[in-house]
Amino acid sequence: MSATDPTAMTAAAAVAAIENGDLSAGELFDAYRDAAAADELNAYLWVADGPPESPSQGTPLSGVPVAVKDLFCTEGVPSQAGSKILEGYCPPYTASVVARLHEAGSPLLGKTNQDEFAMGSSNENSAFGPVLNPWDRTRVPGGSSGGSAASVAAGSAPWALGTDTGGSIRQPAALCGIVGLKPTYGAVSRYGMIAFASSLDQAGPLTRDITDAALLFKHMVGHDDRDSTSVGFPGSVEMPTAQRLDGLRLGVPEELSGEGIAIDAGVLEAFNKTLKLAEELGATVQTCRLPHAPHALSAYYVLAPAEASSNLARYDGVRYGARSEHADGLVEMYTNTRSENFGPEVKRRIMLGTYSLSSGYYDAYYGRAQRVRTKIAEDFHTVFENFDFVVTPTSPTVAFELGSKTADPLSMYLNDYCTVPMSLAGIPAISMPCGLSENLPVGFQLAGPAFSENAILDAAFALEQAIGFDGSPAMGALAA
Amino acid sequence: MTDYEPVIGLEIHVQLATATKMFCGCALSFGEEPNTRTCPVCLGLPGALPLPNERAIHFGLMIGLAVGSELAPRSIFHRKNYFYPDLPKGYQISQYDEPLCRGGRLGDVRIHRVHLEDDAAKLVHAGSSGRIHGSDSSVVDFNRGGTPLAEIVTEPDVRSAAQAREWLTLLRTTLRSLGVSDVNMEEGSLRCDANISIRPVGTSALGTKTELKNMNSFRFIERGITAEIARQEGLLHAGEQVTQETLHFDPRTEQITSLRSKEEAHDYRYFPEPDLVPVAITAEMLQAAHNAMPELPAAREARLEGLGIASGNARQLAWRTELGDYFEAALACSDDGVDPQPLANWVCNELVARVGEDDPARSKVSPEAMAKLVALVGDKAVTVSNAKVVLDRLVADGGDPATIVEAEGLGAMGGGDDALEPVVDAALAANADAADKIRAGNMKAIGAIIGHVMRETKGRADGGEVTRIVREKLGI
Repeated sequence: MSATDPTAMTAAAAVAAIENGDLSAGELFDAYRDAAAADELNAYLWVADGPPESPSQGTPLSGVPVAVKDLFCTEGVPSQAGSKILEGYCPPYTASVVARLHEAGSPLLGKTNQDEFAMGSSNENSAFGPVLNPWDRTRVPGGSSGGSAASVAAGSAPWALGTDTGGSIRQPAALCGIVGLKPTYGAVSRYGMIAFASSLDQAGPLTRDITDAALLFKHMVGHDDRDSTSVGFPGSVEMPTAQRLDGLRLGVPEELSGEGIAIDAGVLEAFNKTLKLAEELGATVQTCRLPHAPHALSAYYVLAPAEASSNLARYDGVRYGARSEHADGLVEMYTNTRSENFGPEVKRRIMLGTYSLSSGYYDAYYGRAQRVRTKIAEDFHTVFENFDFVVTPTSPTVAFELGSKTADPLSMYLNDYCTVPMSLAGIPAISMPCGLSENLPVGFQLAGPAFSENAILDAAFALEQAIGFDGSPAMGALAA
Repeated sequence: MTDYEPVIGLEIHVQLATATKMFCGCALSFGEEPNTRTCPVCLGLPGALPLPNERAIHFGLMIGLAVGSELAPRSIFHRKNYFYPDLPKGYQISQYDEPLCRGGRLGDVRIHRVHLEDDAAKLVHAGSSGRIHGSDSSVVDFNRGGTPLAEIVTEPDVRSAAQAREWLTLLRTTLRSLGVSDVNMEEGSLRCDANISIRPVGTSALGTKTELKNMNSFRFIERGITAEIARQEGLLHAGEQVTQETLHFDPRTEQITSLRSKEEAHDYRYFPEPDLVPVAITAEMLQAAHNAMPELPAAREARLEGLGIASGNARQLAWRTELGDYFEAALACSDDGVDPQPLANWVCNELVARVGEDDPARSKVSPEAMAKLVALVGDKAVTVSNAKVVLDRLVADGGDPATIVEAEGLGAMGGGDDALEPVVDAALAANADAADKIRAGNMKAIGAIIGHVMRETKGRADGGEVTRIVREKLGI
């Protein structure tokens, strides 16, 4: 038995240690359970008492547990999507991807905090309070998968599940200095994920390194009969091994690298340094064009709220979740239940979405946004004729101060400027730490064509070795 | 005073007879304990996703083929958003601008479209009225929620309440022969809304329409439409306007009340259902629907008419599938080349008079017995009136008509049967007045003679044969 803290190793290392008999799954679970229970970042909304009774011996993931974003349904365990309207709601079934991981030997460690219904980029929209960034507790961890990102970065989870609708895995991964993969739309089942915007939502891993991302993703993918939009993953997810990037062509879209949006100098510096490293590894780097990308955010903020306004209609106080006690009659019950229990950002998006779908406005808003979405997908298609990957900074800034953007929704929305285009196109993209600015991590985003996750993970793995990012400053900051 | 012409379009909701619900694996409910046939999907629980029922799509395609629709190669589900406690997701999954079937015709009414959707749950209102107004509380039974529905929308081709009723009968028979629905109005598997307007006869512009909702029997539909036409005529004759609104017809009081005005109409905010990929109709699916098509009432009616059956009988046999099936079974038992019309008469008139709305196949009269009885009448082996007596026996006890005729001594007399002549002689002797009148050319008087003979022979005599013998005896 090793004397070192088992939570210090990566998930893949822990799997190997358990397989080798150097570590027991129960011991590892207990260590993480204790770390999660002692969490001071408000990253967890629920922590498991102990490992499940089913033995993990012989399973591919050997019992290494996983922290799961609150919006994944987990049978008998609170699944509240960060919302007061679902406070205490325990579903009667478990989301497909969580069940799949459980079968692969990764039991549920805890449920992580998030922006309410995944609407937000700072985790400040959670009904259960904001999550603090482990690098600097006066700053946000990003969102909406803020709890998942913070728990992994802080070492209270070996790895975590998040969801990404417009950047909700990649942006918090960037702000917390970890790896976050948004898979191709349809690669992972959405069954049991409490929906924000169905045509964009996709589950993905948040991990300490690229190897862990590949390992967790490998056990998440696959067709699910219960999700009509699920397509599965062609072939299998391979563990990355690449050391070089010879012959790979990286495209830097002008529209997402400073032209259409202000990107912090420190972020750009770390990004450009990474491009140099990529060239040293044999890649070519050239600018490319995504002409419609500047319209992505506008289209996204029409489409996602439209779907959300419909997806969130079921929270009406009739069957489950909160119900207003102050109501006389049906309509008042609906109104008061929703007025009292949805947060301001959720209400804002329901209003936006309801408006854009209304008779007489549909074509001007929803219809037009759909056409922009198609154009953006075509832009990527064209770029991928000449490039293997598109690379951008994940977020225009490093983690910002708590409360600094809450009064200005539009500046908050700009966080997703570089991540939303890939979401609209349904293509995979990873964010990996590529350096520090102001002593805070900077994320490097690498996106490829649909189902190119193996190639993305391989390239990211080679870059990861070259960057040599050391997550220990965060751990050091925590210890101090 | 201006004469008005009604213009009526119908919207029919048909519950499809699939094994499971439209978007989940729950079995359809037939009066089970409330909320026992539910799952996360049909309860609209967070995170649950719909999956389209392939059988429902197959049934939808069959309906489209039956009415000659254009079948979409690619069909899209939309969300129809509104709040109501019987709608657990806050939206119904329906179809909007890309329905499964477009256009078509059934009988004298053109079809606008046929699309698929899921049914709402059932609200049960506590309190004396049984309706939402005035109830103390309401509970929801989600067993029905998610049942597959086909919505059939007609063009405004119907011109009277009676035509609406007759056409709906044809539709019901068609759907029943397709086997896609139980089409039972009392149990709600067939529900009808009517869009009604009136316009001066001879004009073509449409008047303001009202929508009469959720009528649950053909009789109520006819009465409801009649009442609404009268109400609109009354308004226009009084110089008032018809206002566009949704109405409810109460069959007990014959009262029409407003459910909501045009201003209160929902904005359903339709948009493509992002949880479902478009349904691609493959060649295999189309072939399967084609292969499953039975002969439809309209085609059967034409075929029966082609056999020489009178159009009234042909329609009756075609529109009552079970009656047509029984008739064809009996015809198959008849001799080759026999005229099918007498058999059609016997089935449509005499048999129906005795078994009513029941399926004759479940009566004690086998199709073979029916065919044999009609053949006996054709051969003049039994008179028509005695054949009716035999049919009574068959309905009561079943059996073989020839055996019954034999056992009960109901066989016809005459046709070379010497036994009839002495009876006629006796009748002429007993009715000398009548005989004189006949001799004088008054053939009506022969009724008395025939009546006498029938009494004496207990109906076994053939009327035609008696007449022949009378003429011979009296030399006329």
